[in-house]
Amino acid sequence: MLRSGVIAKKVGMTRLFMEDGRQVPVTVLQLDKLQVVAQRTAEKDGYSAVQLGAGTAKAKRTPAPMRGHFAAAKVEPKRKVAEFRVDPENMINVGEEITANHYFEGQFVDVSGTSIGKGFAGAMKRHNFGGLRASHGVSISHRSHGSTGQCQDPGRVFKGKKMAGHMGAARVTTQNLQVIRTDADRGLIMVKGAVPGSKGGWVTIKDAVKKPFPENAILPAALKSAAEEAAKAAEEAAAAAAAEAEAEAKRLAEEQAAQEAAALAEAEEQIADESSDTDNSDAEKKDGEE
Amino acid sequence: MNLIAQIEAEQIAGLGKDIPDFKPGDTIRVGYKVTEGTRTRVQNYEGVCISRKNGVGIAGSFTVRKISFGEGVERVFPLYSTNIEEITVVRRGKVRRAKLYYLRARRGKSARIAEDSTYKPKDGAEASA
Repeated sequence: MLRSGVIAKKVGMTRLFMEDGRQVPVTVLQLDKLQVVAQRTAEKDGYSAVQLGAGTAKAKRTPAPMRGHFAAAKVEPKRKVAEFRVDPENMINVGEEITANHYFEGQFVDVSGTSIGKGFAGAMKRHNFGGLRASHGVSISHRSHGSTGQCQDPGRVFKGKKMAGHMGAARVTTQNLQVIRTDADRGLIMVKGAVPGSKGGWVTIKDAVKKPFPENAILPAALKSAAEEAAKAAEEAAAAAAAEAEAEAKRLAEEQAAQEAAALAEAEEQIADESSDTDNSDAEKKDGEE
Repeated sequence: MNLIAQIEAEQIAGLGKDIPDFKPGDTIRVGYKVTEGTRTRVQNYEGVCISRKNGVGIAGSFTVRKISFGEGVERVFPLYSTNIEEITVVRRGKVRRAKLYYLRARRGKSARIAEDSTYKPKDGAEASA
């Protein structure tokens, strides 16, 4: 049931007021020309996946090999490219565009992104250490980590010891975020809570791994072509219904006209009869002559 | 207009709230929906607005302070909360601060606020107020 995720751009955060008085903090994520750029198949690559591309890049600023790659897929150059593992039956054709209806309201998703960089951070900020005391003889090391180990045995600092160092700007996944609202027209997905990364950053959204796969999820994906087809079909159905209604109206009008004509003819006949009653043979003669 | 501002503007329009023009120092009455079990009723909370935060956007909020049974009580309301039935201005106050936190340290006579008799509604605000 593994289906493709999506690449989205983090637009920012806002809040939504619900009818029942709740207010929900949401992060707005936007799908921007999200298209399938390539496929990975078990025969060719040893695994099955789809490669998606999002955003728009200038052709002249796209490296020539990537230009060739996008040209082979017949899509515009993309700003961000990512692969998503999918089951072979959920493969999507190259060039198809995915819409925000891919996720439905209430569904849980995992969102991955690159967190905001904090630079070289101390142990207190990076690992929530407590630091040293403010007084009692502590001098110029109030925010330091304390001891880093034992004495001559083992005589070294263990690997993985939590110390100061570079923090942030790493790939972070936030699990089980609830989709609150989607807007396919503008390509918006609103999820409850915060999402890693800064505004304008790229994130990937996948179905939550720690929740059962939703039954009403669209397989293989919510495609623009399918939506257009559905819209077209609906339009055609509406047009057909309209045509039928028109035909019905026309038929009714014709019937009425026919009835009127019949009535008119009848009336004329009556008049003719009446006139023929007055001078019977002459009229008949005339008719016969003409 | 960026996308977030657009979404917020749409939401404000969608909520269709009629927020009167009020500022810190004004005495206001807030009709707040309270759910008890299955039925809801509107509870009025009347007091002095001592602060307004985050403007008039969707994130805006205001604090109302009153003395209840000799005890100072403060409540913070989101401006566009769907739980707020209505906001009415009872009295216009004349103050020289944006945040009236000094009232917390005062009681009785010194905690009074002079009435602003020269209040003029803003242009265009008159229709909604």
